[in-house]
Parts: sequence; structure tokens; C-alpha cells
Amino acid sequence: MKITADIIDPVAINGIGTSPLRKEDWPLVRGEGTFVADFKRPGMVHAFVVRSPLAHARFTSIDRTAVLASQGVLDVITAAELPDRGHKIPTRQFADEGSNRFLQRPLADGVVRYSGEPVAVVIADSRYRAEDAAELLDIDYERLEVVLEPDDAVAESAPLLQPDAGTNIAGRLLVEIGALDEAFAQADLVIKETFRIQRHAAVPLETRGLLAEYDTETESLTVWGAAKIPHVNRAILARMLGWSDESRVRMVELHVGGGFGARGEFYPEDFLIPFAAIRTGRPVAWVEDREENLRATNHSREQVHRVEMALKKDGTFLALKDSFINNTGAYVRTHGMTVPGLSVSMLPGPYKWPAYRGEFRSVVTNKTPGGTYRSPGRFEINFVRERLIDIAAHRLGIDTVDIRRRNLIDRASFPHDVGTLYDGHPVIYDSGDYELLLDKALAAFDYEGLKRWRREPATAGMRRGLGIGFFVEKAGPAEREYARVELNDRGDVVVYTGSASVGQGVETILAQVCVSHLGLPYDRVRVVHGDTAVIPEGMGAFGSRATMLGGAAVMRASEQLRKRLLDAAAEELEAAPADLMLTAAGVSVIGAPTRSVSLTNLLSASAGVITEEHRFVCDLLGFPYGIHFAAVEVDPASGAIHIHRYAVAYDIGRCVNPVLVGGQISGGFAQGIGGALLEEFSFDASGQPLSASFMDYLMPTSEEVPDVELLITEDAPSPLNPLGVKGAGEGGTAAVGAAIANAVSDALGTEVTRLPLSPQRVVELVGA
Amino acid sequence: MKPAQFEYDDPQTEDEALDLLARHGDDCKVIAGGQSLVPLMNFRLARPARLIDINRIDSLSYIRREEGRLVIGAMARHTHLEHAEEVAQGWPLLTEAVGWVGHAQIRNRGTIGGSVAHADPAAELPAAFAALDAKFQLRSKRGSRTVSWDEFFVSEFTTALAPDELVAAVEVPALDPGTGTAFVEYARRHGDFALGGAAAIVKLGRDGRCERATIALLSAGPAPVRAKAAEQQLRGAKLDDSSIRAASAEAVRGLRPTSDLHGSTEYRIGLLRTMTERALTKAAQRAASSTS
Amino acid sequence: MSRRIAVEINGRAVEGEVEPRLLLADFIRDNAGLTGTHLGCEHGVCGACTVQLDGHPVRSCLMFAVQAHGHRIATVEGMAPGDSSLHPLQQAFHECHALQCGFCTPGILMTMEAFLREEPDPTSERIRSALAGNLCRCTGYQNIITAVRLAADRLQNKGEAAVEAS
Repeated sequence: MKITADIIDPVAINGIGTSPLRKEDWPLVRGEGTFVADFKRPGMVHAFVVRSPLAHARFTSIDRTAVLASQGVLDVITAAELPDRGHKIPTRQFADEGSNRFLQRPLADGVVRYSGEPVAVVIADSRYRAEDAAELLDIDYERLEVVLEPDDAVAESAPLLQPDAGTNIAGRLLVEIGALDEAFAQADLVIKETFRIQRHAAVPLETRGLLAEYDTETESLTVWGAAKIPHVNRAILARMLGWSDESRVRMVELHVGGGFGARGEFYPEDFLIPFAAIRTGRPVAWVEDREENLRATNHSREQVHRVEMALKKDGTFLALKDSFINNTGAYVRTHGMTVPGLSVSMLPGPYKWPAYRGEFRSVVTNKTPGGTYRSPGRFEINFVRERLIDIAAHRLGIDTVDIRRRNLIDRASFPHDVGTLYDGHPVIYDSGDYELLLDKALAAFDYEGLKRWRREPATAGMRRGLGIGFFVEKAGPAEREYARVELNDRGDVVVYTGSASVGQGVETILAQVCVSHLGLPYDRVRVVHGDTAVIPEGMGAFGSRATMLGGAAVMRASEQLRKRLLDAAAEELEAAPADLMLTAAGVSVIGAPTRSVSLTNLLSASAGVITEEHRFVCDLLGFPYGIHFAAVEVDPASGAIHIHRYAVAYDIGRCVNPVLVGGQISGGFAQGIGGALLEEFSFDASGQPLSASFMDYLMPTSEEVPDVELLITEDAPSPLNPLGVKGAGEGGTAAVGAAIANAVSDALGTEVTRLPLSPQRVVELVGA
Repeated sequence: MKPAQFEYDDPQTEDEALDLLARHGDDCKVIAGGQSLVPLMNFRLARPARLIDINRIDSLSYIRREEGRLVIGAMARHTHLEHAEEVAQGWPLLTEAVGWVGHAQIRNRGTIGGSVAHADPAAELPAAFAALDAKFQLRSKRGSRTVSWDEFFVSEFTTALAPDELVAAVEVPALDPGTGTAFVEYARRHGDFALGGAAAIVKLGRDGRCERATIALLSAGPAPVRAKAAEQQLRGAKLDDSSIRAASAEAVRGLRPTSDLHGSTEYRIGLLRTMTERALTKAAQRAASSTS
Repeated sequence: MSRRIAVEINGRAVEGEVEPRLLLADFIRDNAGLTGTHLGCEHGVCGACTVQLDGHPVRSCLMFAVQAHGHRIATVEGMAPGDSSLHPLQQAFHECHALQCGFCTPGILMTMEAFLREEPDPTSERIRSALAGNLCRCTGYQNIITAVRLAADRLQNKGEAAVEAS
């Protein structure tokens, strides 16, 4: 991978700005990882979740008799077995007052609203037998009319998922900035277009799974397989169990096989499996299979945008107007209005808009419920906005780079208040120099060379095109994060963090931050995360927040610990703290190594261990930004898209580990390719999922993902945290749909208005 | 996604297998490589009461030349076909086609007989065998018979195989000297079943004109399709862009490939035409270079 | 009706009394206790369960354990020569950041180990093609290709069995 890193020289060995080998790898490459399915408890039994085969149906009875009599079966749980027939799973983010009417209960009770909705749980002595028994469950489904498409959901005659609510609209929001009508009145050109983004999802390679065990003596519950937000989910679980003391629940994160937004949210099973463990008195294991995973775990991205853009003929943007529908599926899950909320607040992107009006309606339909997926809400709107800009450039005869440059937010106007709000947080771009990044990227990626390539004749009827996608990402918050740094007298450091690992390398990153700010070697630092028994609080890992908030907390705790040690040593050695150096052996005076005090001595008063903790608080979001460049060749006969070159420039404020950032970009890019070209959850007219296997849900393989070139810059450190970091997890995904669609439009001379660019759609565009 | 229960036999010889098939017939399913069957069983979309596993019958696993023909035992794995030197020399169409089958892990296990008996219309080898006018040796306790590919492939996942019969081998006639072959397909990802594909065999005469052309299409209908009218049209023709384009248009006339979420009927017809053009062009070039 | 089977896994004889329907992957994970072989899809697409059967990579979710009776299986746990060392491929994955969550890694290692035995000096294009039967959702594959190439160099040039822990 070609990474150009235009970053500050590192100071500490293996500290910030360097790329030490990851702390996580050793067990994983040896096959010694402990993913949840690898973890076993004595007496463990297995759960299988029986799911609705229909997208919308009523049922009055479930006959459990035959299942209970089936070999190896211990229990069958339906809504009737749940206290109060099951409490609704609350939202944890961006609640809309209307959305409470659409929350999901752990088990369907009388009505199923999507194919894959849990209706019962079978507990048996093996997964095989649980599946055998589940086939005997007798349910008298009576079909109801389905509604699937976002536009249909808001139609007057639409079947209602929750008739009591009287609507399928689960949430809506309107944002208005500036004088829209005046702006449109002044326009030389108005572009009006409809854009559609298909339903697709995170689909981590490890499916979800849980193992829950109840200790009747201590009346406490342990849940292994937590991910992303263990502390948050502990609180939700305790509340749903009716336990006022949440410390009776211990959540333990094991190895996590990818998250990307979907894994680790609180799903029906996150209640059902612990509940089954309490009810049966046995450790209960549940591992989602792939067919369940594709029907039950959060989907994302399905939006229809109706947009208008007003411009002057010199290409100056005057106004942007968007009304879109977000299809959130059958229920509002834990993310509430997060996805459409991010879309509406971030559609303006890196540009100056004298006026903006954005409006969403988030609707329920008979499809799998939705949540976030890497670059949530932004993959969608970057496609919409960047396509719209290219359409305008084509109509005005302006170069697609020039039209963007003309409208970029000036470097002098940061922090830049967009004027929108995301879940109560003002969208204020904390720092940036967009034009500088554009210049650096054009040079680094030899854009002039790409333009020459674009003009050269292609072979065998292929058509060439270039596309760019400029984007602003967001990082953080969930306002706080916890860190504790502990040092013993042997020089071993343990960092406890409230952040979580989803495979992204958080142990390595936080260890590097500790190295830089405590000053002890990397190999002495161990990072502990994801166990609510040893970490008092934490907000987890999502929205590119782990480095920004978790990192800042570790930095502060490390500094505090260093200061305490040096202050103590200064007293002992009668020297100024600034003249001291800390090593794993102890503290000595710089230049006079014999004047030293050992850690054993320094820590003797505190039983050989000292600890510092810090809660880092930050109310505001950080906004990294970047540009994607795509150069494609399109085969108009087959519809195949060949990516000739792909490059990403990304300013992340400050780069803790260039190689890991490269990994995030490259991996995020691969997911973006899936979203741009391959992945789509399709349904038939009755709401049956047609993409419930990896034969039909097409994740990119190595053959579909070209190498990506990368330019990392640190020109705009975030003023919001002492590290200056902004989070780097999502920029690789954010503008892939935008850049590829722009390149394909350029190649074909036809405007792409929907994703994915399947071969059939490409061929249709050629004919259009 | 765990399979339902079944009874299991793993005969060591062909005779034992035929005995079991005669006894259990309709209630059982033969498992060869299992690369199509086991996924269906894991989804519980297939739930045979009994599996007869022929993996331990060594006598079915061979690839050899017999009187000029290529004979492939049913239990030869895709990977054997892929790497067999005599196949690459004499039947390069098969070498090219098998490279499109799944991925190495699938080809290491999947078998030629299994692919034929499964009769997936999107599969590569049935189409290649159709292009090559292959015959299949079928055996049962009642005796043996040899059927041509067009008698064998009846419809989607349906063949002329009786419940007590086993595919024992595939016979592929030799190609004439001066013949060029090509196999092309397009799938959304490499290794997926093709949205459309074509196998072409072209023999050029001394005058450079086409003496014989064969076109077989996959993902074109319920079974592999031979484009006889297009083949006829090319006989005696000079193979250039225009004759190839015309023949390719003829090849897809009347086809109704099944529409699904990856491609509509209309898209697939256009793709099949393109694939036919490309296969014919490539085969003609190869024929020309083998005669020159 | 269960059957008694004996399989050699990583050079160790493993016996079990199994139902015919037990998938080989489950036998390896549950009966042999080797949980490095992961189940990612159970229908033969993702490649996470790839093991070597008599030296050749196969999907262990598409075989029944009874079919492996009398055969030789290799899994990721058998790769490293010792507790404090890694196989050159494992070491290269570590050095090149060729894994993130690590869930797909064992299947990829089993595929690539066999691939490098067959093709000791592959181009990046060949590696890319050989890798296509294993899905990875984290890395974007680039670093995996680099790592396999690095391992190929080391295996050819040095011929050493293992790289000591760094």
C-alpha cells in the first residue's frame, strides 16, 4: 500500500506518529483468539432463535408442545414467557419523541413485522438439536399487507406497521438556514434530481453471539460476547430485567470479529439469551448463523433524496434543498434517528451554502430494522451532493475540480458553524484547510497525469472516466471517556480504557498514546478494555471516537501519572522534575544516572502500584475531511467497471499510527466498493429477503478491491482534544459511492442517480 | 444452519454403491464433492434421508485418454482437471472453463461427476461439455448406458439420471487439429456463478474460412444451450467482426434467461450476445494461430 | 446413528463418536477443541473455515466429519513451530498489518500456506486471485497481498522454518 504521510515527526520510540507492530496480533495469527463462539462454560446449552418466515403477519397462538417434547430440548421461550410479555428496547442515541411508538420488543407478540423477527427461543443441548426442534414450533400466521419502499410507506393508503401510531413516519426533522427562496430566485441554474441509495449493511465476518451465565448465589449475571458499548448495554439489560443495581450484570468483551456500526448494539437477543440463562439456570450460548445475520442484524443506508441546487452561472453555489426519506425498517432500534440525523446535518459538506434546507422523514417498513454502518448517513449524502455538483459542472461547462474549489469553505473561517445540529450537537467544523488538501492531493496523485490518461483512447470499446468526491467526516463524541493508568514497581503499565475493541487496533493505539505521555516502553504497556467488572465506566467504540476521546483520556491519565512519579522523585532526589527521566527501572537525573530512585522505592508507600485516572469530556464533534479520486474503465457491453486507480487524501488532525490509519482507509474503501458496486439487500414483493446468503449478498473479494493510494495529512489538528486527533475510521468509506458514480458518469456521459452500479444498471445507463 | 439428520453410507467400491442405490433409490442422494449439496443441506433446503458418499471409491477418480477420447471419472476433482497436462494439450476449453469454477478450495473438493449431476444451468462444465459434444456414462445395478449431453441435461437441476443410477464418467471426443476454443463468462465477482457465458469452438479450413463452429451458452436457459442456427450460419463464413456479430445475435435469438436480482432477462440476453462475440473472436484467433 | 471416526489433526490422532451430519468444522472446533478454525457463513463462500485436507485447502463447513475419517487435517494451530515463534506467513501478517479483527485470518493462512507450496514465487496478481476465495471485511486485502509476497521471499531465500518472536 502506498501511503504518503505528511505528518509531524514522532518524538517517542513507538509513540504517537510511529507504527509499532500491533499488540493484538499474536494470538490471532496463531488461531488462539477467543471469539465468542470459541468460549465455553461447563454445562453450557445452546439457543436457537425461531424467526418469522413472513414480512408482515398476525398470529394468535404458538404451540410449544412438540418442541418441548423434542430430543435434547430444555425450554422454549415465547412472548408469553417474558415478564410483561417483554419490554421495549430503548434507543440510546438521537431519540425522537415519536419514535417510541416503533420500538422493538425482544419477541414478537401477535404481529411480526419483518422476515427474521424473533418469535421464540429454543434452548437445547446442542445447536443441531435446537434447530431440529425449532422446526416443530406451530404458529398460525395470517398474512398482512406489506409495505416495503420508502415512498410507499408515506402514501396515504399505506398499510401501517403500528396502526395505533396512525403513521409509518417514525421521526422527522427540518433544518433551515439562510434565505432559501431568495437564493433560488437569484439562480442562473437550478438542478433538480432524485437520488437513491440501496439498503446494505456492515456484515462483519464474525456474526453476533453471546454466552450468558447466571449465578444464583450472588444473583448476578455474566454476559460474554459484549462488543462496542459494554457499559451502555449493561445499563439497558439491567433495566429490561428490572434490576435496579446494574453491577449485578458483568459484560465481558472477548475478541470481536469486526463491528462497523452493527455489532454490539442492543438487539432482541441481548435480552433473550441472558433471560434464558436466568430461566434455565444453565449457561446459554447463542451464535447467530449467517442466514440470521443477514435478516436480523441492522441494515443501513436505504434513502431516497429529492434535491434541488441553485447556482450562479460562474459555478457559485447559492442554495441546497433536500427532502429525503430514510427507510429504517420494521422498528426503530437503538440508534433512533442517528442515520438520517447525520445525513441532514452533514449534507452541506465542505462547501459554502448561503442557504440550506434539509428535511427527513424516517419511515418504518416491513424490512429488517436499521442502524448505523461505517460513515452512517454520510456515504449516502456524499453520493447525493457530489453527484449533484458534477451534474451542475457538466451543465455549466465548468471543470469538476474548479467548481468545488470555488465553493470550498475558506481556511480563514474555521471554526465553521454549518448551522445544523446532530442529536443536539452543533455541527461546527473544528478546523480545516480544504483547499490546501485539494492542492496537495492533486499533486500527490498526479491528477494532471490522470486527466491525460482519461483522454487517451481506451482499448476494445472501454470508456474511461474520472471522479472525485470531497467529504467532511465526523468523529466522536458521546461526550466522555474513561481511562486509568496503573504502574507497578516492576515497571509494568496497564491502561484501562472505557473504549472497546472491534478489531481496529485500539490496544496498540492507546498503548502508543501512553508511551508518548508516560514515557515508558511500548512493550511494557498492556491495554485492558471491555470488562465492566474492572472498568467502572465507558462509552465504547463507535463513530471514530476511540482515539479521539479514549486517546485523550489515556493521554491525560498518563501525564498525571508521570507528573506524580516525577514530583515524588524530585523530592527524593532534590532535583527539578524537568531534569528527571523515567525508565522502567526508576527515575534518574538526566546526565547523572547515579542520582536515581527505583520504582520499588517510589511506589513503596502505595503497595507497589500507583494509579491515575481521567475522565475526558468533550461536547463537540471533530470533523476530519478528505477527497476520493477514482479513475475507471467501463465495459459498456457487460457493464463491468474496472478501477484503474483509486486514491484517498485524508486530513485526520493528527495521526497516531500511519500503518493502522492506512489499514482503516483500505478496509473502509473495500466496504465502500461493496456499497458502490455490489452489495444490496433485495426483497420480493411479499417482503421475502432475496439476499439472505453470501451467494446473493455480494461482499467484495480481493479481485474486486484494487489497491488504494493514500495521502495522510495533519494540517488541521482538532482544537477539541489535547492530541489534536479527529478519528480516522470512516473516511475510507465515506465518498466511494460519490467518486465511483462520478467517474462512471464521466465515462458514460450519463448522470448516475442511484447505487449500486450493478452491471445491469451500467448497461441501462449506456442505453439511456 | 446445521443440516438435518440423515443416514450415511460410504461404499468402498462402485458395486457397493450401485447396490445401495438400487436399495434406497428415491430416498437417497449421492454425495460427491458436496460443494453444492452441503450448502443446501446446511440451509435445510435439501434434506435427504440418506447420503451415499462415493468419495472412497478410488476407481472413479481418474482422467485418461482412451482411443483418442478424454475420459474423466466422476470423482476426478476440478483441481485435477485444471492441472492435467493432457487436458490442457488436447482439450484446452476444459482447462479454461474449470478455472472459472468457484475458488481453489471449492475446486479441490468439487468433482466433475457432481457438477454434471447437479445440472446447474449457470455452471461452467456442463456448458463446456455441451460445446464438446460430450457423453456421460451412467451405471446402475440394471446395467450401463451412455447418453449424450443433450439427452442428459433435462432442465434446471434435472437430468436423465434414474434414481438408482450413478454418473460414472464423462467421455469427451477429440478435437480436430486446427481448432481453436475459448470459454468466457462474466460474473459480478470472480468465482460467482456467471450472469452469462459462452464456450466456442472454431475450426478453420485451409482457405481461412470457418469449417465448423460450435457455440454453447451458460446461464442462458434451464439447461446448457447450443446455438445451432448460429453455428450453421458461420459454416463457410469468413470470421470477421461482422459475421461474428451476426452469429452472436442469432445465438441469443429466442433465449429467455431467467431474471433475478443480479440481472434481468433483457440484460442477460445482451450479455450472452457479448460473451458469444468474445468467445468466437478468441476461438477464431486461437484457431488461426494454431493453423499458421 | 453415530459413527466412530479417527482423524489426524496437526499430526495428532483425534477420535470421536459422531453423528453423520456433524460438520467437519464443528468436529474440529468442538471435538478436537481447535477453535482457530472459524465459521463465518456455513455455506462455503467466506472461507473462514478453510483447513487443509491431505494438504489441500477445503471448506470445513462443506464436509461432514465422517468424510474425514482416515484423512489428515491441518489447521492454523499447527502452523507455528513453537509457542514462542511464528510461521513465516504468520510473521509477515503481523509485520504487514495484514489483519485487523483476525476472524478471517486462520482461513486465509491455511489457503496461502498451500498456495505458496504450489507457487513459491507468485506475482501480486496471482496472490490476489488465490486470495479471492476468502472474504475479509476489515483490511481491504492490500496488506494481505503484501504479507504473502513478503513470506514468499523469506520462504524462498532463507528457507527457514520460523521467524522467532520479535
